[in-house]
Amino acid sequence: MTLYTALTVLPLAASDHEGSGGGFHAPSISEFFPPAIFGEGTIFEFNRVMMVRVIVTALLILLLALATRNAKLVPARAQNLVELGLQFVRVDVAEQIMGHNAKRFVPMITTIFFGVFAMNVAGIIPGLNIAGTSVVGLPVLLALWVYFTYLWTGVAKQGLGGYLKSSLFPPGIPWFMYILITPIEALQVFIFRPLTLALRLLANMIAGHLMLVLCFSATSFLLLEGGGLIPVTSALTFVAGLGITLFELVVAALQAYIFALLSAVYLNLAVEAEH
Amino acid sequence: MLLAELTGNIATVGYGLAAVGPGIGLGILIGKTIEGTARQPEVASRLFTTMFIGVAFVEVLALLGLITGFLFT
Repeated sequence: MTLYTALTVLPLAASDHEGSGGGFHAPSISEFFPPAIFGEGTIFEFNRVMMVRVIVTALLILLLALATRNAKLVPARAQNLVELGLQFVRVDVAEQIMGHNAKRFVPMITTIFFGVFAMNVAGIIPGLNIAGTSVVGLPVLLALWVYFTYLWTGVAKQGLGGYLKSSLFPPGIPWFMYILITPIEALQVFIFRPLTLALRLLANMIAGHLMLVLCFSATSFLLLEGGGLIPVTSALTFVAGLGITLFELVVAALQAYIFALLSAVYLNLAVEAEH
Repeated sequence: MLLAELTGNIATVGYGLAAVGPGIGLGILIGKTIEGTARQPEVASRLFTTMFIGVAFVEVLALLGLITGFLFT
């Protein structure tokens, strides 16, 4: 971490007494709003992030279709890999959290896991280089899907009154504590759950992309515009960039897992009446 | 004499401060899970899942610091 801090300070310091060649441009939030490819200003504005989403979706569908088209009892390599993922979601996420209630929600949680993972991984694939989930639309869509599904399931399973009672008035608490607990639980169930679900994914992808951009733009700046021995330090930023790329792979898988896991937890709270 | 000058917004320090609490929290959370796993290896997979649910809740606090840095500039 100290290495990383030193590396981010270096190019900034260097840009002060260099000045030639445009200087160092630190990455900003505008990274995520590239110019439109077509349809600028309309609701169908299509930019690079959108293009990445379309490509990733097509690739994911193609991969899943090809790997499972000729499904055999003894799986070959591609089928094996996909089945590993499917089994992980069903056994280690859905069934571990929801037990015997899992069957209904396995397709949904599988879709979420594979979709989020594919979109996240796009952030480190050369040529795509931006995660489909690093702009707010997709995380919000997925979070709203989970939100309305758990509300609907809760009301359908326990009735409106029963669901409100079990989620806003947790049992086993003296009655006067409900004055404190109920507003907090209401905020939690109706606002914070979907909000944090979307924000967690979005912020992770934004932070990861900014770190990558910072490392590689610093490498380019130090190598091309640094005077004296400064170009040697670009090797450090380059290696740090490679390290962060690997770290982003871990984060992509972890965030997909956490999103699927929390969806399962929220759905389970709606399905189970008392606990 | 001016020794150091800071231009821009002090909000940039915010993320560093916001990461301190969740950092401590994650340390305790993960450390306790390791402790529990060492005492009872047979419940490791359940502890692992529960740990990640906790990690998700703690992590979002630090990420709120990141988001507010972009919101209030």
